Amino acid sequence: MKRLFKIYLEKPELAGIVLLVILIALFQIKSDGIFLGAENLRGILGLLPETGLIAIGVTLLMIAGEFDLSVGSVFALMPMTMAIVMTHGIPFVPAVAIGFAVCILVGFVNGYVTLTYNIPSFISTLGMLFMARSLTIVISGGFPPLLADDLPTWLFTSYVGPGSLFRMSFIWFVIIGVLAAYLLARTNFGNWVSAVGGFSDAAAATGLPVRGVKMVCFILCSVLAGFAGMIQVLRLGSPLPSIGEGMELQAVAAAVIGGTALTGGIGTILGGVLGALLIRVIDNGLVLTQVDANWFKFAVGFLTIFAVVANTWLRARARKIKLEVAT
Amino acid sequence: MSEPILSCRKIDKWYSGVHALKSVSLDIMPGEAVGLVGDNGAGKSTLINIVSGLQRADTGTVNFEGREVSIRSPRDAMDLGIETIYQYNSMVPSMSIARNLFLGREPLRFRLGRFGAIDLKQMRKEAVKAIADVDLHLRTPDAVVGELSGGQRQGVAIARAMYFRSKLMILDEPTNHLSVKETNKVLGFVQSLKQQGVTSIFISHNIHHVFACCDRIVAMARGQIVLDKRAGETTMDEILDVL
Repeated sequence: MKRLFKIYLEKPELAGIVLLVILIALFQIKSDGIFLGAENLRGILGLLPETGLIAIGVTLLMIAGEFDLSVGSVFALMPMTMAIVMTHGIPFVPAVAIGFAVCILVGFVNGYVTLTYNIPSFISTLGMLFMARSLTIVISGGFPPLLADDLPTWLFTSYVGPGSLFRMSFIWFVIIGVLAAYLLARTNFGNWVSAVGGFSDAAAATGLPVRGVKMVCFILCSVLAGFAGMIQVLRLGSPLPSIGEGMELQAVAAAVIGGTALTGGIGTILGGVLGALLIRVIDNGLVLTQVDANWFKFAVGFLTIFAVVANTWLRARARKIKLEVAT
Repeated sequence: MSEPILSCRKIDKWYSGVHALKSVSLDIMPGEAVGLVGDNGAGKSTLINIVSGLQRADTGTVNFEGREVSIRSPRDAMDLGIETIYQYNSMVPSMSIARNLFLGREPLRFRLGRFGAIDLKQMRKEAVKAIADVDLHLRTPDAVVGELSGGQRQGVAIARAMYFRSKLMILDEPTNHLSVKETNKVLGFVQSLKQQGVTSIFISHNIHHVFACCDRIVAMARGQIVLDKRAGETTMDEILDVL
């Protein structure tokens, strides 16, 4: 038991893994083996990148000690910008670049307002949530433009892998996830992210560019949300102005379920990804097992509270045991 | 007499109308252990923050090792060899000892500009060495700093300063809120600094602690230096009188 707690302290995403295994087993049994069938896995893995990419950004930012509630709106704004500039005859690649430029700008404004006026990012990005959503609807003019047929959407949506198990978007997601995890755990910048979120006064006193580190995380978070939105729009074929609503809270839930501390400093990218996967598994599993799908939000909400309570309790227990071992 | 390692000349600092430092000049000689005492609001923290780069002086100059320097950030101070240890904000409690020791100065396996991949093996190895060098006994450099006692944390902070061969170590109230046993440990660290030729400034409002480990006492009150004597030539009563 003691060993388990010790492992937990080093691996905050452990609770997420255990929950995931339990839920998968449960759904597998209840759905008579359909849940882990190729057909259903394809459904889960096809949607996962969209939630997962947002969760990666939000997790990174939360570890740096800040929130971003505007990701759901950026999720819609980026592809809408891209689609609108394409209707003006601009080719795909520069249109994507313009879309990302908008994401960078949103992330920068989020960071600038939060850090310059020293206000909680919860509030500054809540403002941005409304502003970016409104902008999306305004620039769409009420009529979402159709995407042209000749776009290289295959780069993001076509099925690949053994038995066409996942979409190209999944490969993008895995690559970005691995890069983000490497960034956080193995680079000096990642070290600074943990320090800035863990205790920003200490980070500043050791000469770290606290403001710059947080700013980069704000921008990365925004860019990843925009990228996720672009993937969804390329999958659906048209940028609806309402997509991504509620995604911001799902992403926060994913990060928290994956063991990221609300106070910053503690968490892993793998945890955020696991959290996102858990949310997708619940969404899919409830439908498969013929539970009323309206229970989905209840389940995610319950899981979030459960994860935070469990993590807090485990952390306290693990600390106590470690001290006992030390003395 | 040799050159002072640190020389502050006519430093002034105002906080929105309050004259926090009134043309303060202070010389620190190499190898000295100077105790800086004063009540809250006397200006000692402001003076130290200016030297460690957390604040900037309104007027006045700072010379370090005979050269006039411009210290704009903690990083500038650290690059000069001035390391500051605070009671609270020296360490990130949620991170390991090794990661804390090398925070901002991580050994890198390869780099692109300022950024690169941390050499984790090297970092652990050096962390073990750094901790052992200050006679601090910790089982592993992977332990989270939040689990260490207050005295151990100060020990790690001092190990960090020693490892990076700082020339001037500033200890800002390092014994606050520590138990008697832990306080003695920290005072021991400060005394060992002297043996290793490191100049130190020890800030405290506890005069006993200052007398225990310093050879020169500087007292501040109301933004000015009101006493500056060898520890052997003054008494606690005299210092209490001027504060």
